[in-house]
Amino acid sequence: MKKVLYKLISGSFAISLLSCQPVKEYQKMYLNDAEMTLSARKTQQSEMNFMLYREGASGANGGKTGGGCGCN
Amino acid sequence: MRKLFLGATAYFLTIVCSFAQSPAQDTTAYQSRKLKLDQIDLVSSYYKQDGNNSAVLGGIGTEMLTDFANTITLSFLKTDSRNRQHTFGLDMGIDHYTSASSDSIDPATVSSASYSDNRYYPTLSWGMRDEARKYAVGAGASISTEYDYFSRGAFVSISKFSEDKNRELGLKLHVFLDTWTVIYPVELRGFDTPAGRVENPDAHGKKPRNSYNASLSWLQVVNKRFQVAFLADVVYQSGQLGTLYQRVYFTDGTHSVERLPDSRFKLPLGIRANYFLGDKFIFRGYYRFYTDDWGITANTFDLEIPYKVTPFVSISPFYRFSTQTASDYFAPYRQHQKTEEFYTSDYDLSDFTSHFGGVNLRFNSANGILGIRKLNTVELRYGHYNRSTGLNANIITLVASLK
Repeated sequence: MKKVLYKLISGSFAISLLSCQPVKEYQKMYLNDAEMTLSARKTQQSEMNFMLYREGASGANGGKTGGGCGCN
Repeated sequence: MRKLFLGATAYFLTIVCSFAQSPAQDTTAYQSRKLKLDQIDLVSSYYKQDGNNSAVLGGIGTEMLTDFANTITLSFLKTDSRNRQHTFGLDMGIDHYTSASSDSIDPATVSSASYSDNRYYPTLSWGMRDEARKYAVGAGASISTEYDYFSRGAFVSISKFSEDKNRELGLKLHVFLDTWTVIYPVELRGFDTPAGRVENPDAHGKKPRNSYNASLSWLQVVNKRFQVAFLADVVYQSGQLGTLYQRVYFTDGTHSVERLPDSRFKLPLGIRANYFLGDKFIFRGYYRFYTDDWGITANTFDLEIPYKVTPFVSISPFYRFSTQTASDYFAPYRQHQKTEEFYTSDYDLSDFTSHFGGVNLRFNSANGILGIRKLNTVELRYGHYNRSTGLNANIITLVASLK
């Protein structure tokens, strides 16, 4: 089941990326929306911090991956 | 706590009110090249958790903890003679936290290591974006200080983007050089010998912990409504990685402090994908695979669906699911053998699944909010966290951006 899921996700992304279209600046009305940013929100700053403490896994989210505090 | 809360509120209000004034007109010819205050972000959050697997008590007892965190970020802009845009950031963070289990380090004292403590963490940063040569660079430095922990951090970053700005490749190198003050549980700070009690030589002094992070990112626009980011971190930590005031109880009833390897290698890989559906819905998806050499493997899924009630107001329900395997060194209370080389009963390193859900409200207006002309954005977010080990938490965050 996991393998099928991974294949589906990676397959979908591969197809999406292969079909990338050139988008000009004046066509980026949707992409430039503040909620389309490819990073965590400012309101997520504190929750990313507590998840860094409360879970063994961290990183790959633009936040800290360890160090800089007394935990993890 | 009350003083800190009132102080932070007064400070925030002073800044917010100062932005309600009309700015003076500047008619000088080179206005755009002057260093100017572009944005102020105020973030305030309150976090509360409870559970029954305190690491300080060897995996049993209350995990009650509260954290009141406040940060203010000032962003300054300047354009140089070569038309490159420079951003200067000044962050100041203050956390006030209370931890019931930390008081069990030395129950005889009224307030031990971090029963109630403050953490201060200022950061300075600089960024430069050159539109003509299609690259951006940045650097920064930070410190963080609390009762038993001091951290120094520094980073550099570089990114290169394509002519049409539809692709961007970035690299960020981050180092933390930290120092622990050794604190042992009170009963392990000495040994009873026939000659009387002798001090434990390991229970004093300072220990280092260093973290080296390399983050690679690739942002790609797929079409007018869809963009993705691939994120990969490589992390190496060395030094005192175990927490020396956390107890571990063995099968024979004796106990010691947590012992963990002095190095750790982490590899998290993530994908973010955002899709704008119609004119009202946005799908913000995130997936992360994580593995490390302590035996933890984790998968995290996150989905947030902002719904635009109006172009200036949105409501975003979100849900996050995470699952991880236990570290090779974890075992619950009184299940470790004394012969083991490494041991911990910290449930953050155990096998669990977690659920986190809530809602984010966002108000945005170029003309100001609540009559404050420069109050550009207000966001309020609430989330509830539930871990299969029994730990529950709630967090509420308020962000105000003045531009």
